[in-house]
Amino acid sequence: MISIIIIILGIIMIAAAFYAIHSKSLLSAIISAGVISLLASVVYLLLAAPDVAMTEAAIGSGLTTIIFIFTLRKIKKGGLDD
Amino acid sequence: MADLIYNIAAIIALAGIVLSFVRLILGPTAADRAVALDGMTIIAISLIVFIAYYSNRVIYLDVAIVYGLISFIGIIAIARYLERGI
Amino acid sequence: MELLGAIVTLIGSLFLFLGAVGIFRMPDVYNRMQAGTKATTLGSILFLIGIGVGHYECGCLGKLILLIMFIIFTNPISSNALARAAHFAGVKLTKLSVKDDLAEDGLEKGEEK
Repeated sequence: MISIIIIILGIIMIAAAFYAIHSKSLLSAIISAGVISLLASVVYLLLAAPDVAMTEAAIGSGLTTIIFIFTLRKIKKGGLDD
Repeated sequence: MADLIYNIAAIIALAGIVLSFVRLILGPTAADRAVALDGMTIIAISLIVFIAYYSNRVIYLDVAIVYGLISFIGIIAIARYLERGI
Repeated sequence: MELLGAIVTLIGSLFLFLGAVGIFRMPDVYNRMQAGTKATTLGSILFLIGIGVGHYECGCLGKLILLIMFIIFTNPISSNALARAAHFAGVKLTKLSVKDDLAEDGLEKGEEK
């Protein structure tokens, strides 16, 4: 049961990493990196490391996304791009 | 019997994560991807609570609470960027 | 008692799956948003209640109630912010929709009513 969940989440994480590399839009790449952090937190929890999972959820998913978006807003004017 | 039903429920929720991820890959605009990320967050919180039940450890619920709080701030930041910049 | 909790959890996971199907199949950002928010909110509430009822001897019911309250409060706020941001960022509605009240109000970006 645990092995099935870990394998499926790992496949999704690899696909999200490829999409974050090959995406044209920077905002989509940031969102995809957030997905990687989300699923990495769940996988850490499945591997019985709740403190690492909590740190990953706080820093990897929250703080990194906000800092990336703040940097993107500094670089260029905000708008919707594909 | 009850354990089997719990496992089936977790597998169905995992299928939901996969479907939301397909929309995140396909989505034409960045707003679609943000909506898919929102849905994935909620389903992942439920999955974390299921893992806490499965492993029989209460401390795992704290991860779910922290994750819900932090991801809410992330979604608000993405929405603010889409609207007019932070 | 454990079987009752398991059945409630199964119903909640079905709602979660239907919300994901709505995110996948709907034609528009706003339709995806309403399917993905309402269905997943109800589904996650049922999921957590089911686990809390079927496993009540672990003493974790307080944390689950706190988590449920948090989901109820934050999920509509984030959905509303996303919908407003998508509207002001210029995402078009689908051709099947008939009315757009926020555009008829004539608000500018970042302006409150």
